[in-house]
Order: sequence, then C-alpha cells, then structure tokens
Amino acid sequence: MSILDAKIPEGPLAEKWTNHKNNINLVNPANKRNIDVIVIGTGLAGGSAAATLAELGYNVKTFCYQDSPRRAHSIAAQGGINAAKNYQGDGDSNYRLFYDTVKGGDYRSREANVYRLAEVSANIIDQCVAQGVPFAREYGGLLDNRSFGGVLVSRTFYAKGQTGQQLLLGAYSAMNRQINRGKIKPYNRHEMLDIVKVDGKARGIIARNLVTGEIERHSAHAVVLASGGYGNVFFLSTNAMGSNVTAAWKAHRRGAFFANPCYTQIHPTCIPVSGDHQSKLTLMSESLRNDGRIWVPKKKEDAEAIRAGKKKPTDLKEDERDYYLERRYPAFGNLVPRDVASRAAKERCDAGFGVNKTGEAVYLDFASAITRYGKEEALIQGNKNPSEEEIYKLGAAVVENKYGNLFQMYEKIVDQNPYKTPMMIYPAVHYTMGGIWVDYNLMTTVEGLYATGEANFSDHGANRLGASALMQGLADGYFVLPYTIGDYLSKDIRTGKIPTDTPEFDAVEKDVRDSIHKLMSGSGKHSVDYFHKKLGKIMWNKCGMSRNAKDLAEAITEIAALRKEFWADVKIPGSADEMNPELEKAGRVADFLELGELFAKDALHRNESAGGHYREESVETSGEQKGEALRDDENFKYVAAWEYKGEPKDAILHKEDLIFENIELKTRSYK
Amino acid sequence: MKLTLKIWRQANATAKGQMVTYPIDGVEEDMSFLEMLDVLNEELINKGEDPVVFDHDCREGICGSCSLQINGEPHGPDRLVTTCQLHMRMFNDGDTIVIEPFRATAFPVIKDLMVDRTSFDRIQQAGGYISVNTSGNTIDANAIPVEKENADESFYAATCIGCGACVAACKNASAMLFTSAKVSQYALLPQGQVEATTRVLNMVEQMDKEGFGNCSNTGACEIECPKGISLENIARMNREYLSASLKG
Repeated sequence: MSILDAKIPEGPLAEKWTNHKNNINLVNPANKRNIDVIVIGTGLAGGSAAATLAELGYNVKTFCYQDSPRRAHSIAAQGGINAAKNYQGDGDSNYRLFYDTVKGGDYRSREANVYRLAEVSANIIDQCVAQGVPFAREYGGLLDNRSFGGVLVSRTFYAKGQTGQQLLLGAYSAMNRQINRGKIKPYNRHEMLDIVKVDGKARGIIARNLVTGEIERHSAHAVVLASGGYGNVFFLSTNAMGSNVTAAWKAHRRGAFFANPCYTQIHPTCIPVSGDHQSKLTLMSESLRNDGRIWVPKKKEDAEAIRAGKKKPTDLKEDERDYYLERRYPAFGNLVPRDVASRAAKERCDAGFGVNKTGEAVYLDFASAITRYGKEEALIQGNKNPSEEEIYKLGAAVVENKYGNLFQMYEKIVDQNPYKTPMMIYPAVHYTMGGIWVDYNLMTTVEGLYATGEANFSDHGANRLGASALMQGLADGYFVLPYTIGDYLSKDIRTGKIPTDTPEFDAVEKDVRDSIHKLMSGSGKHSVDYFHKKLGKIMWNKCGMSRNAKDLAEAITEIAALRKEFWADVKIPGSADEMNPELEKAGRVADFLELGELFAKDALHRNESAGGHYREESVETSGEQKGEALRDDENFKYVAAWEYKGEPKDAILHKEDLIFENIELKTRSYK
Repeated sequence: MKLTLKIWRQANATAKGQMVTYPIDGVEEDMSFLEMLDVLNEELINKGEDPVVFDHDCREGICGSCSLQINGEPHGPDRLVTTCQLHMRMFNDGDTIVIEPFRATAFPVIKDLMVDRTSFDRIQQAGGYISVNTSGNTIDANAIPVEKENADESFYAATCIGCGACVAACKNASAMLFTSAKVSQYALLPQGQVEATTRVLNMVEQMDKEGFGNCSNTGACEIECPKGISLENIARMNREYLSASLKG
C-alpha cells in the first residue's frame, strides 16, 4: 500500500477547488505578520508566490543564484501563455483546456490539479494586464491570440517572442513593490544548499553567499521550492547555464519524494548543435510552427547533395519535399505536440534525410507563410495584382512583426537569413515534467515544504503542451499556493520565530561544510565541465529521445562509475571562502550525477511509452497507429515517486495511482 | 583563429586590478564570445590557474546577465546583440581583443569582469510597478482596450533586459535609458496613469542617489543597447518628469 496521499478534495471536478478554498483554514492578518516563508527561486513560480505571500502579510525571504530576481530563466520563455478565455469564440472552455492538457500529457497527470490549472488560467491574463504586461493586441485594442501544438483552438496570449520576459518582469515588479515595503527580503547571488527539518517539518535552509562564500542559516515556518527543472543533467539543453537540480535534490535527500524523473521534454525546434565547444542550445519558439512548415528532401540523393553543399533547399521543388508531419498527422499537421514532432524529426534524420553537416537537422520553412500573408496584405491595401516581389515584401513584414526577434536571433547564431532560406532545426532538451512529488496542496512529502512550477511534477504528465509552463508557474504562485499554504500555516500562529542556533541547524550546516570540503579536496585531474559533458553524453545517447532496457541499464552503471570518479578527481581552483563559480558548478554537477542515475532507473522501470518517454520495446505494431508510441495503462497508470535511501540505486518506488473519472483513457491520436 | 586576449583581472571588490594578456588558439567562427572564454577558462583550470569570472546565464540574449566591455564597446562590435550572442566570426585571425568589465561608479567590480548592478534593482523598487494586488480579483483583461500603437510602443520599451550597456556606453555613466524604458512602458498604458506622477519622481530620485550621471544627449546608449531601446524613451521620461514636478 502506498503512503502517498494526494489529498484530492471530494466532489465534482469543477467544484473541487472552490469547495476546498471554502473549507481550508485561514490565518488572520495580524498573525501573518509573525510568520516567515522562504521562497527558493524567483522565476514565474517563485516570483509570483513571493509577491503574493508578502502582499498577504507574511514575511518573505527570496533566494536566487542570479544577481537579480529578474534574470531567472522563465525570462527566456518565448511563445506564450495559455488561458481558457475563449476570446476567439472558437469553442474553448475550462474543460477543453483541461482535456487538451491531460491528453497532451499522455494521461499521466492528476485530473484534479489540471482542472484547477485550467480554472484559474483566465485570471492570470486579467492579473497580468492589470500589472501592465504589454501583451500583443489587435487594432481594435483587444488582446490577440495564437495557436500552439496539440490543440485545435487559439488560446495562447503572447508578447512577440518574449512572453516569458514580459510575464517575469510583471512578477518582478510585483516583488519590487513588496521589497520596497520591506515585506520581501531578497537574497540574490545566494544558493540554497540544504533544507533544515525540525520535528519532521521544513523549518529553514542553509545557503551560500556566492559573493563571499559565507555559509548562512535562514529559518522560516515553511519553505517553497520554485527552483525550476533539471534539463541541464544533459549538459546541453535550452536551460540557462546555471539552471540546476540542487535545491530539489537536497530536498529529495531530506525526504521529499522525486516523481517521474524520466519525463523529459525534448523540444522539436531548436538550433542544431554546431560543434564540441557548444555550451548551450537555443530554442526557436513553437509558435513558429503556426506558420512554418517542417520538411526534409523526399530523395536521399537530395539530402546528401544538400549536406555536401552542392544543393540549396530553395533548389528543391514542392514535389521533391517531404512535409513529413503533414503527411503523417493530417489532422494536426505541423502543430502536433512536441514529443511527437521531435520523434518524427529523429526518425527522418536517422533514416538519412537530415540536412546539415552532421545530418541532424530538418527544415522549418516560412516561404508559404510569407506568400500567404503577402497576398492577404496586398488585398487589404487594395492591390489586386501584386507582383511576386511586392507579395514577398508585404508577407515578410507580417512575419517580422510576429517573429522578428526569433529570426534575428537565428541569423546571429547561424549566419543565415531565415526570410530567404529555411531555418534548420533539431530537437533539444528543454523542460522536465518530472520533479518533486506534491499533493493537491502543492506540499511535498516533507511537511511544510512546498514545490511549485517546473520544480514539481503535477500538471503536465508525460509531456507538456506549449505555452503551459508559464501558465502553471503563475497559477501556482499567484492563485494556488497562497491559499493552500495558509491552511498549513494556520497551525503555526503560536510557534513564534524559529531559532537557528539549534542542533538541527548545526547538523545540517556541518553536512554542507563537509560536502564543500570534500569537493575542494578532489585530486585535481579534470575540470567540472569534463564530468558534466561526460554525463550529458550518457544521458543523451542512452536516456534521450528513444530508450531501451539495455541502454538504460548501461547508463545506470556508467553514471554511478562517473560519479565515483568525479568525487575522487574533480579539480576546483581557488578557495571556498570567496566568489568561486567552479565550486558552484561542482556542487550542481554532483547532484546531477545522482539525479541522472535515478532518471535512468525510473526510465528502465517504466516499460511503456508515454509522452516524452519513448521505449523502443513499447510501440504499436499494427493498424492506423503502427509505429507510434504505445502506452500501457494496465501496468503503468501511476505516478512513480522515489524515496531516497542513500545511493540512487537503492531508491524505493512508491506509486500514486492515477484515477480518471472525467476523461476516458484513449490512444493519443493526432492523425 | 589565433587571438591575443587582454583581460581585466581583479581578485575582489577592494583589490587592485590589472590587465593580463592571454594568447588563445583554436578559436572557431561558430563559437560565441563566451564559449571562447569557456575554452580559455578550461585551459587556465588545467594549468591550475584561477579562471576568469564573468556574469552569464541564459546565453540567448534575454536574461541580461552578461556584460563585458569588448574593445571599448559594451557587448562588443556587433549591433543588437548581447555578448553571449556575439560570435567569433566578427573577429579575424591574429586580432588582439581587450576585455574589461562595465565601468561605472554605480556598478562596482565584484571580481574580474563581474560587476554589481543591484543599483538597477533599487531604481525599479522605487516605483517600477503598478500597485495592484496579485489576488486576481481585477477586471476582465479585455475591459482595458489599449491602442495597438501604444501597446506596441510600451512593449518595445519593456524589452529592456537591464544589462547596463547603456550606462557602460555613456561618458556620464547615465542610467536614463534604463530608467526611462520602465517609465515609458507604464506611461503608454492606461493602467500606468494612476501612479504616473510619483513613479517618475521616485525612480529619477533613486537613479540620482545611486550615483549615475546625467544625460547629455550623446546617444551612445541607444547605439550600444542590445535591444535597441530608443532615445525617445528619454524624451518621454523628461516630459513625464516635468509635468510631474509641476504637479508635485
């Protein structure tokens, strides 16, 4: 019997959240002033939670490793944010957003959480507009929408290709208002290195001041982890260089179960790898698939000629191109979900149709969109017989208005003009659906420890739909956590300030100091990056887009061996008592080396294909879906939550059965 | 490519710094400027020397962490890019590249090429927000129509990434472009009108308190800004400031 209790409220799906809010305990305003909350991470999930909790009256401390909360990696989200506003009148509703999200996640998310997400989504847009977030608008002055993968409506709100930036600056401005009032104390350039528990409850953290190297103690009545995802376990990903699993992993080591670590999103449209020196990968927003068509040459000879530089993509006529997504998935075409689009690109490239030097790239082509928009624009301007040149000019202007910054970014990196020649793209690690297990209240298996945004596991199942990460981050921070945390804190009104001069804080601080000392005393054979790159190679080759039992078993052994080597041979210059970026990196890589093994173990145990987790052993063998991923609901319709027991190989599996009362489990078809 | 790098090294905020010369080989055209520095750092670590410290994070030109004065220009010779998106194809074999931190009184050096830009945060805290609670109990988003032109202008002002290139480019180390971008974002929206008067007065006051210089309309900030934030924002802020002062 599992010890996991998701604490899902009783009652019909659409009433659960309202009923729950009506029945939970509140903390009166005078008492809130005596309660402290620590928030780790200042992205959309952390920034919004910090601002709202401070506004309610709690004393908030925020921690981020960046020099300012505004630099959290939410800033890099490009395409948009979903909300069931139905402004377009195209049939959208809370239920449909809920349904799309559960289906998109391949029926591996929790119904009640997802419905609540859909329910509060519309409010996010109201909130952000009130804050002055400059969303894209139509000429009538109302908000504009676009469409994203895996859905049949236009429900995505956006600010060009910088939606994450604008939303984060909105949350940052709300934080600034509270910082100015003294209700938030920001600890920037600080990294949380461990959780302190007192009587089983999370009561504080140990953090390192990254400028001075000092180890600090901070106490609170509750701790919120909003520290993002762990895509950097692959070394190369679209994450920021500093994005890491350390806060989540340390929580895991202190008793927070880690759920579905193998659910990773490999995003289909990223700029391909160009060489060994590469430090990170750059995403090209999914919104581009609204207008871009993905293709490779139909004939292998053409692909080879292109790779050898003897032919250009524009030399190929329409009938020499294979628009493979439109061919395989006529209903959704280029807007299939990310996992499906990524696997299809890999399939074509593995079959020898790749179009760049390495053979690992496909085209994303805007020529037809430019023509279509150009003709439309000419008509609007009263030009009945526009020349081809006029059409191109007008169409390119429309495309520039929609995606200008992305096209510019592409051109700067690749040195090619995407208005004239198709973009080259390839899948890259982007987002992690797995994360710290939380109940309906977003509390982890450690009392008083919460996890929100990408750091938790709850809403996206085995695959996240585009424009849903921003939605979840803000929903958790603005509208969910501020209610549910109050229910818990209502028991703490008489507790008083948590002291930090206690044996509990002494013990954890000692662990942190010992660990830093051990890192600094490695034999000094190889740099941190050497180990990180090696780990990334194992992860990408054996736990990447396509996985099998043999590779996964090998990955487990190889990662364990690499971890041993790391602790013996890592080389960190300088000292621990100063600004030392190599030491920061080393601590993060040490945690990735444990997480990576658990990741592989989770992927090995889940012998089904679900969303981003594709097992070669579990594929449809006949019928219309032949060759597509095959889910196994009979054996794997559960959340795998791992309990830490020392080495990752000893982690214990706990299962939360997923109950679907409002959605019928179906084969996920986008044909 | 073979290059000679002249890099500012400074152990901490109070230490005396100096330029140090490093030869580097095997630089490829497709590398970003920071990836080139990664290669140098890997070499330094393997030699047992202290790697060069610099701020960086997203490496896709949006977080505003990276800085660097490259051959005298913030974010280097290319236009409309941050240092992380500056590619080595902008340089030639045999070049000498001088790399310094952003220089301004309000941006003290932390270590090597890393500077402290929290003065920017404090300017924002002084008024860079609209005082609405985040409870979500507000009116429907479409109940506030905004003229597309104003919405677009507001958005362009809001794309400032807070990197500080404008300050580093300015002979007066002025933060007018940065501050005016935030003032403009709200000045162009109906939601921003309620607090318009106090916002501009408070933000400008904080800007002066931090030790940033005045604007003398040289326009170097606009040219060096990786996001192309327009000088018009400064003009708009001056108007806002004037009318706020008369009211105040």
